[in-house]
Amino acid sequence: MPLLELREITKAFPGVLANDRVSMKLDKGEIVALLGENGAGKSTLMNVVYGLLTADDGEILVDEKHVKIKSPRHAIDLGIGMVHQHFMLVEPLTVTENIVLGREPGRFGVIDFATARQRVREISDRYSLKVDPDAKIIDLSVGMQQRVEILKALYQGARVLILDEPTAVLTPQEVTELFRVVRSLVDEGLSAVFITHKLEEVIAIADRILVMRDGAVVGETTPSATDEIGLARMMVGRDVVLSVEKGVSQCGDVVLSVNDVHIEDDRSLEAVKGVSFAICGGEILAIAGVDGNGQRELVESIVGLRRPTRGTIELKGNDITRANARASIEAGVSHIPEDRQRRGLVLEFNIAENIILGDHREPPAADHGIMHPKAIAELARKRIADYDIRTPSERVLADSLSGGNQQKVVVAREIGRNPELLVAAQPTRGLDVGAIEFVHTQIIRERDSGKAVLLVTFELEEVLSLADRILVIYEGRIVKEFAVADADAETLGYFMTGGGGSKLAEEQESKPVESSVAGGDK
Amino acid sequence: MNTSKAKSSEGLDWIAITQKIGTPVASVILAILIGSFIMWVSGYNPVAAFSALYQGSFGSPKAFGDTLLRSTPLILAGLGLAYGFKANLFNIGAEGQLFMGGLAAAALGLALAGQPWYLAIPLLLIAAMLAGAAWAFIPAILKARIGAHEVITTMMFTYIARYVVSWLVVGPLKDPGQIPQTRLLPVESQLPRIQSLFSDATLQAMPFLKFGRAHMGILVALIAAVVLWLVLKYTTLGYENRAVGFNPFAAETGGISVQWTTVKSLCISGALAGLAGAVEVMGVHHRLFDQFSSGFGFTGIAVALLAKNHPLAVIPAALLFGAMSAGAGTMQLVADVPQKIILIVQALVIFFVAAEGIITYFLKQRQKEVPSHVG
Repeated sequence: MPLLELREITKAFPGVLANDRVSMKLDKGEIVALLGENGAGKSTLMNVVYGLLTADDGEILVDEKHVKIKSPRHAIDLGIGMVHQHFMLVEPLTVTENIVLGREPGRFGVIDFATARQRVREISDRYSLKVDPDAKIIDLSVGMQQRVEILKALYQGARVLILDEPTAVLTPQEVTELFRVVRSLVDEGLSAVFITHKLEEVIAIADRILVMRDGAVVGETTPSATDEIGLARMMVGRDVVLSVEKGVSQCGDVVLSVNDVHIEDDRSLEAVKGVSFAICGGEILAIAGVDGNGQRELVESIVGLRRPTRGTIELKGNDITRANARASIEAGVSHIPEDRQRRGLVLEFNIAENIILGDHREPPAADHGIMHPKAIAELARKRIADYDIRTPSERVLADSLSGGNQQKVVVAREIGRNPELLVAAQPTRGLDVGAIEFVHTQIIRERDSGKAVLLVTFELEEVLSLADRILVIYEGRIVKEFAVADADAETLGYFMTGGGGSKLAEEQESKPVESSVAGGDK
Repeated sequence: MNTSKAKSSEGLDWIAITQKIGTPVASVILAILIGSFIMWVSGYNPVAAFSALYQGSFGSPKAFGDTLLRSTPLILAGLGLAYGFKANLFNIGAEGQLFMGGLAAAALGLALAGQPWYLAIPLLLIAAMLAGAAWAFIPAILKARIGAHEVITTMMFTYIARYVVSWLVVGPLKDPGQIPQTRLLPVESQLPRIQSLFSDATLQAMPFLKFGRAHMGILVALIAAVVLWLVLKYTTLGYENRAVGFNPFAAETGGISVQWTTVKSLCISGALAGLAGAVEVMGVHHRLFDQFSSGFGFTGIAVALLAKNHPLAVIPAALLFGAMSAGAGTMQLVADVPQKIILIVQALVIFFVAAEGIITYFLKQRQKEVPSHVG
């Protein structure tokens, strides 16, 4: 008997059919993976189930009874819990305080924390979540915070757990841990819906896989009956190259050299504590690390958005340590920012206006302060064609493009500028396989044309498939350098999370690692 | 891919234009309806009131001239506000810059006595723009350097400007007489009335040219609107102004200095407000006194809001507010409705335009949660 059943759920947004008669069943003790590209309608469907959206048509059955889920509160009462991609926790409060928030036990306004703590501990122990009820959220790692979210859903009596892209923010070790937790939950009789666009995860965790495309379910399968290539084909609707082909790096002259750089973050704390490395033309250097270990500050100082407190940055022998963003662009640095909607694009601008951002003072876009709309439109149409941006016209607002196409606009602008150095930060974050394939191909093409590429990412697969050389950053220091042939996900993950970090860090304290270009030659 | 949903920002996309002017027009209609209701409840005849208002603002060439007269500084101040808004800057102190512009025009005009008009008038206008820009410059630097909010600083500078003018017209610049005002500007420094361009015979033959007190400042305002539109559309200056307004982070990443753009934007805003003060002094009063502006800098905020910061839309928006203030007198005289009631209608227009902003803001928030399927 299905715990949760959806029948022909249909949900339209203006001009878009987000869910087109989607049906699914979830049994007790089952993990169903909802796989699909961004915008395939997975999240819409689950938001309908969780009461955040109301379906235009279709039926929802919980325990074989028809229900109309009006709000998340109602969903929770029915035993449906959701862990969002972005956690909804109050950082200064403790785990217990967060979990009881909104439905505090006790009477007359006095919260019975003892009972609450007791229950939190019970649940944590039963599913071996290993969460300390008294820990402050702010002190917890991302993976731990996610478990608090899961714990919260369980505390509220969830029997069905919806996990929306739960691995997006996790390290490989944390992903393994999460899978273990989810397994133990279903062993105890719960059910889970796992939303993702990552193929290997689906194979690893799901009992059953539902593939969605363009708002409809296009296939249902099981991990044993398919493989990643088959899933990718179902998801995208065509054959997809999953791992990019690339030749051996042809290392040329040094393009970027970073020497003992110290950088402060926005709170004036030292985020980068003496980093040195060099990249040569024709090389992709990846900096791997868990988010928040100084990568952002490092990238910002290379592209001229932040000034190092110490050290020097040189591009082809020119000192760009104190260059601002404009000087940096003019020196030949291109930057694919980690957050395309915040830093990469002006969403209210159309594609053409976005394509020229950064080059908007120079011919062909403008000279002497006067812009040339015709030349701009022409350039934009060329980029749209060259970079396969799917749009009816260059005058479409960036805001109305899909994430993948938005990223293509950024990539088209930054690579189209023909830079000496391409700094790509999380270039495929939130993209689906088709778009990832495209971005990866572009980055490799850039390398093969003799340009230097600095790739900053916490997607290990990306690191391993793109990089020629890998630096692992941990707490503002480079703790390990690998040639890509010597690296694997496990080892990288180990160093990314501080494994052997203290020893290496001490070593670095006394003598900055002399990271040579020669080290990248292989 | 779904092309029907894709929003386009083409030059002449009629659907988009209709959507854009829909809410301002609806706001005005709603404001008139509710204003009528208030009149009716208060025992006045709204039909008589609004037809008198119309008579007093568009009913005759002279009435239309009065509307033009009052719209002129509103267009200029509205343009200044709109340009600032485009960079996400709220130059609430346009009134102060307007005062400084008026002061500069008056002081220089008196000093340039005896110079020909083709020298005097451009110099006065330029001086007023510089004065307005200078008055906005200090708040602009404070904003760019230490993040002091322009709403506070420009407002405080408005008080300074008003008191400076009040002091000058009773002190150094005072006309030797009883009234606290400057001497009359030499005629070469005055903006001529429109009807003075035509001979008496022409006016006799074509009485519809008798625009009364309307002066050539309207030409200055219209040119300014077109120039500003071109600046926003076809110059890197305007591009950077818009980029910073929409998304300062992306602008910064694209090598645009947000601080410098902020300074430029507020100064241009101030220059336009200064120009508004100059045309008022040079075209209407021909001298400076401390009440020469009836809050044009503040009404300019409403004009820019109603025009949704589009430089060309500022013209009809300013005409509407100009007409309401021009016709209010006739409304009181003919329909016996208190002038002040028109302030309620003005307030309602602003309210609905602002409310639309709030509504679209929330709609946008909701839309952000919706996965996009375009592309």
